[in-house]
Order: sequence, then C-alpha cells, then structure tokens
Amino acid sequence: MERVLLKNIENPNSAEIDEYLKAGGYRNVSKAFDMRPEDIIEEVKKSGLRGRGGAGFPTGMKWGFAIADPKFPKYLICNADEGEPGTFKDRPILERNPHLLIEGMIISAYALKAEYGYIYLRAEYPKAKEILDRAIRQAYERNYLGENILGRDVRFHLTVHQGAGAYICGEETALIDSLEGKRGQPRNKPPFPVNVGAWRMPTIVNNVETLANIPYIVEIGGEAYSKIGNPECPGPKLYCVSGHVNRPGVYELPMGTTLREIIYTHAGGIRNDKELKAVIPGGVSTPVLPASMIDCRMDFVSMPKAGSMLGSAAVIVMDETVCMVKVMHRIMKFFEHESCGKCTPCREGTGWLRRILESIEKGNGRPGDIELLRDISEDMMGKTFCPLGDGAAGALRGMLKHFEYEFEEHIAGRSRCKGG
Amino acid sequence: MARGMFSETAIKELEEIRRRYPDSRAALLPALHIAQREFGWLSDDVMRSVARLLNLTEAEVKGTASFYSMFRFRPMGRHIIQLCTNVSCMLLGAERLVDLLKDRYGLEPGGTTEDGRFSLVIMECIGACGTAPAMLVNSDFYDNLTEERIVEILERYK
Ligand SMILES: Cc1cc2nc3c(=O)[nH]c(=O)nc-3n(C[C@H](O)[C@H](O)[C@H](O)COP(=O)(O)O)c2cc1C
Ligand code: SF4
Ligand code: FES
Repeated sequence: MERVLLKNIENPNSAEIDEYLKAGGYRNVSKAFDMRPEDIIEEVKKSGLRGRGGAGFPTGMKWGFAIADPKFPKYLICNADEGEPGTFKDRPILERNPHLLIEGMIISAYALKAEYGYIYLRAEYPKAKEILDRAIRQAYERNYLGENILGRDVRFHLTVHQGAGAYICGEETALIDSLEGKRGQPRNKPPFPVNVGAWRMPTIVNNVETLANIPYIVEIGGEAYSKIGNPECPGPKLYCVSGHVNRPGVYELPMGTTLREIIYTHAGGIRNDKELKAVIPGGVSTPVLPASMIDCRMDFVSMPKAGSMLGSAAVIVMDETVCMVKVMHRIMKFFEHESCGKCTPCREGTGWLRRILESIEKGNGRPGDIELLRDISEDMMGKTFCPLGDGAAGALRGMLKHFEYEFEEHIAGRSRCKGG
Repeated sequence: MARGMFSETAIKELEEIRRRYPDSRAALLPALHIAQREFGWLSDDVMRSVARLLNLTEAEVKGTASFYSMFRFRPMGRHIIQLCTNVSCMLLGAERLVDLLKDRYGLEPGGTTEDGRFSLVIMECIGACGTAPAMLVNSDFYDNLTEERIVEILERYK
C-alpha cells in the first residue's frame, strides 16, 4: 500500500514546507477550495472514515451535526493529547509531517466554516511544539493560513495549545475545559461539543490521524478511499507496536490487518526466540487478548467481536516471561493516578482495585480477592461519568477472563515470579 | 506593580498569545507554562502575578494549576528527570532504571537529590513506547535507555 500518512518521513527535512510542497503538498487545499463545503463533507461521509482517536465515530456524521448547528463562530480542535499508554502514532505526523496535519485542518475548517483552530498538544511532546510552531509560521508566510487564503474569501487561524500532563484531557469535553483555562474534567453529554463546545460554540474535535486523512480523501475522492482495507471502516491506519518484538515502531497498513501480520510480518516477531503470551491491542484501556487470538483483524468492527477494542491501535506485545498480575497492577496505578476525581465509582474504584492488585502482586493476596476485583469492576462498568472508568474496569475484566489462573496462583503462593 | 515579576519578553509573549483566544482565561495554561519556564516552579507569588496579568482571581489560577501534573509547586532540582514506567517501558526494564537512580544518586520518585542537582518524576507514557524505556531530562528526549546509557546521559547534566 502506498503510504499516505507517513509519506516521505525518511526525508530528514520532511517537516519543512518546501519539501512538503515539492512532494505535492497543499495541492489539495486548492482542490478543496474549488469544491463547495457541503460537497467536501459529502466526500468524507462517502469515504467511511471513522475517527482515529479511539472511539471510531464516523467523521462525516460528526461534521454533519456541526454544520447543521446555526451558531457561529465554530471551532476546529485537533486532539494531539496522545496519552493512552502504548500510543505513539500521532507523534510521527506531528514531528515529521506537520504540514499534512495543517493541510488537513485547513480543508476541514473550510468545509466546517470554522475560522479558528487549535491543536491541543500534550506537554510531554516539547519537540513537536517547536516543529508545529515553525510549520504554522511557514504556512502563514505562504498564505495557507491567515486571511484571504490563496486569494480566496477564506480565513483560518491556527494555534498550538499545550496541555500540562493530564491523561483525561484527551477526552474531548475535558479537553475543551482545559483549552478554556480550567481544570480538565469531562462535561455532561448531551449537549455534544458539535453544538455546545469551546466557549459554548459548535466545536469539532478530531484526532491528529483523522485530520491527516482529509487531504487524501479530497485527492482521490470518498468512493476510492472507501475501498482501502476493511470496507466497513476503511482507510490507511497507523499501528504502533511496542514491547517484546524485534522491530517496534509505527506501521501504516490497511485498516483490518490482522494482529498476526502486524506482529510477525511487520514488527519482526517476538524477541529472543521467546513465545508470545498476550497482546494489549489498543492501548491499556482495551482488554488484553491471549496469543491464541491474534488472527483477528485490527479494526473498529472486528475487535469488539474478539472481546476487545481497536482503541488507539497501540499494540503492546508481551512474551511468555511476563507476569500478568504485575502488568495489571501497573495499569491500575495509571488509572488511579489519572482519574480526574469527578465521580465516585472511578475515583474510589480505581484506588481500591490498585490496592488489591498490589497486595496480590506482593504475595499478600487473600482468598476471595478475585471475586472482590470482579465485584468492584462490576460496580464501575457503565456507572462512571466518562469512559475512563469503564476502561479501567474493562481492562481488568479482560485480564481476569483470560488469565485468572495467574491471579489464583499468586494468591495461593504458587506463582513462579516471586512477588513480581 | 500589576505586572509583578515577569520579564518584558514574557509579558510581550503572553499578550501575543492572549490575542489568539476569545477570552483571557484561555491564556491561563500558556501563562503558567511561561511562568514555570521563567521561575522553575509556581510559587504563590508567581500565581498571584499570573492572576493579575489575566484578570483572574487567585483561586481560579491555583484551582486550575493544581489539577495538572506538570506544574510544580515547590522548588525542583536543577534538572528534572521525567522517567516513564508505564507498561511498554516496564516490559523493557524501566524498573531497573528507577532502582539505579535510587542506588546511584539517592533519588526517590518524587524526590530531589541533596545537592539539588536532579529531581525525579515518574511519568505515565511519554509516547516513546516503541523505543522504550524513555525519559525527558528537562525538555530533552532520550530513549532506548539502558543502565549504562542513563548514567552516561545524566553525567552531562551538572
Ligand atoms: C479518557 C479518554 C482519553 C482520550 N484520549 C484521547 C487522546 O489522547 N487523543 C484523541 O485523539 N482522542 C482521545 N480520546 C477520544 C476523544 O474523546 C474524542 O473521541 C476524539 O478526540 C475524537 O476524535 P476522532 O473522532 O477523530 O477520533 C479520549 C477519550 C477518553 C474517554
Ligand atoms: S470516570 Fe473517572 S475520569 Fe471520568 S469523570 Fe469520572 S472520575 Fe473523572
Ligand atoms: S510506556 Fe513508556 S513511553 Fe509509552
């Protein structure tokens, strides 16, 4: 497959506007400006593009809702918070292909009649901040940003806004509060951001990778795009592979590539001739899968059938030496730390779960602990204010579904991994 | 002194940033980043200054700042080591690095060395999982860390 999102990134100057222009960049802005905004939205609908931020919401549909709301101004926000542990797919776009993102945002803003855009960037990416600021400056100089873009009656102003280290600010309503200069805690939905978002105005939040797909959709048309990968949720997809593989990294492959192909063909298989034990397929919020299930396809439709989720396509590969109790303990520590504290089941639940997991890991587990873990996670599922709590409970339940015996062994003092 | 303790450059930078948002509260996170860059950490005085600059109450500034884990409310070491220990880094030995920092520098997670040279902050994934384990020292990025490599790197920070 021809690379779309990671095109030319081997070029050491790929972030420079001249290099980007040389490779045909920004051509699709002119093409888009010759279309009517509603026709672009129609192409995005036809393309079947689904949001790459984790939830997989159809992008064209979201845009349709936003444009149907008569309020102005409208805001376009790029979600570059990339906080899900195991995820590093947006970073190569931000650091090595920033003009592709900017081009995607200009086209999207034109289609959505948004004149102001923000890239909400995690503070853990200071290099990306410098690169984006520079790329935006270059785009202003060449009049791809600013007033009367390319001599047309179009204006778009773009600003990078840095977060400050809070995973929950990746959730779109928390992100909006954070952008407004507040504590980043999720808002009630409805109303949805497309109607009442930043500064109470219609706001479109899309992930970096989602927006980076837009120029290509304009280029080849929605119809042709919809034939890439799994037709039920098509397109090129970035998979980030980490853990015990020979060649970890970000791979651009057709949506729906199997886990087996990702791990063995692209990431070079398991290190040091070890056996594969388990895979967390979409970041730590998604349920783990045992080695026996890696023939499933990595897309928004197939993963739920396998009992997990595509999430942010952060494939964390674990070999036979890994202790699942330890992994689960570390994951729950993360959720306890990142719970924003707004609702009780998540704030208290993640803390209780972490303490029980810690005591099991340290060899102090008691009979009944597994039931207790199940009970608590049951009491969180579907009862928390935002999906963070569900993610925490779901990750634990996935672990118990496939690896309960390891937890039992720890509690019975029979585990081979000496308290960790 | 409404403008408090900020340098002229910082004030100019902030005014320019302020214009990019529909209201001044939105410039709060950028302002806190600038303040932390200038002073190393956010003292009550610094936050009072930020409040005045943006026409906010002190409670609004403190209440917001305290939510975010990358703002610091006490003096830090000269160099801040931000080491990731989340799953991908853990699988490839991040815990050994934490132990090494303890043994070699007497550095505990959340702590600062006695000579004020380093502070250690444990991070939740810094997006370098494919080249794990990884850390930021101040804003410099380092990955593929081993016990030898981390010592070699830290020796460059005096
Ligand atoms: C706890 C939590 C964290 C999230 N973190 C991110 C993130 O870091 N990046 C992202 O793009 N979306 C994240 N999302 C999803 C966003 O809420 C939102 O669905 C997404 O940005 C929409 O963009 P898309 O339609 O292009 O996927 C997160 C959601 C939740 C519940
Ligand atoms: S589920 Fe957790 S993160 Fe989400 S609102 Fe409740 S406390 Fe906050
Ligand atoms: S888990 Fe350490 S950088 Fe992602």
